[in-house]
Amino acid sequence: MWIYEKKLQYPVRVSKCDPRMAKLLLEQYGGADGELSAALRYLNQRYTIPDKVIGLLTDIGTEEFAHLEMIATMVYKLTKDATPEQLKAAGLDPHYVSHDNALFYQNAEGVPWTSAYIQAKGDPIADLYEDIAAEEKARATYQWLIDMTDDVDLQDGLKFLREREVIHSLRFREAVEILKAEQGQKKYF
Amino acid sequence: MEHVQAGKVDERFYELLQRLQEADFALVELNLYLDTHPNDEAAIAQYNHLVQQRWMLAQEFEKAYGPLMNFGHSFVRCPWNWNDTPWPWQV
Repeated sequence: MWIYEKKLQYPVRVSKCDPRMAKLLLEQYGGADGELSAALRYLNQRYTIPDKVIGLLTDIGTEEFAHLEMIATMVYKLTKDATPEQLKAAGLDPHYVSHDNALFYQNAEGVPWTSAYIQAKGDPIADLYEDIAAEEKARATYQWLIDMTDDVDLQDGLKFLREREVIHSLRFREAVEILKAEQGQKKYF
Repeated sequence: MEHVQAGKVDERFYELLQRLQEADFALVELNLYLDTHPNDEAAIAQYNHLVQQRWMLAQEFEKAYGPLMNFGHSFVRCPWNWNDTPWPWQV
């Protein structure tokens, strides 16, 4: 069961209407290494992971939904005052004719989200390595998003999210070590 | 684009919200840390201390600005104020 809390994990502020940046941020909304992928990846893997790691996958998966809400808030705030002309100039006219100002789970290039982005191998080490890789890819994506804007308010929120990827990666690496120790020093590679 | 009624959002709203977000951030951090370091007594003591602090902050926020959580985890007023704006992306 999940309970909703009516607040963001971290404040999201933007200093201007910027539909171009909103388009780029969709990469972390419905992209391969985005927050939707992350949440669904971890919450799906936890049913077949050893007991010692179920809590971690549950908690990080849940935090990813808070991050998804932050990205949605950024996209919403960056586009809510945009005119159709501004959306067109930002390359969002195909999005506009299909969705108006609604959000949609797609990447920065408009490719719809697919479950093919996420893996569930059933092998705990394979799954955790996938998770570590996903966090590192998301961290890199956040850095490149930060590089794409001069909006310091938006950068602040993106930097928070970038740092969370670092922590998640670290915790997943620790989980790998916990499982290795549990399996009696068995070598996996 | 519909207009968002920012209702009773004032300076104190942002101040209390930030204090709550700060406490919750520490709790999320400690939670994930404890998932992989379950025997760290100091971290567990810090976690439990923050649980209490966080509960008091949430009470203060909810008394002024309405329920933070649904499904029976917060007290509500009449008329039903869970559905009141602002939602998180509106502030």
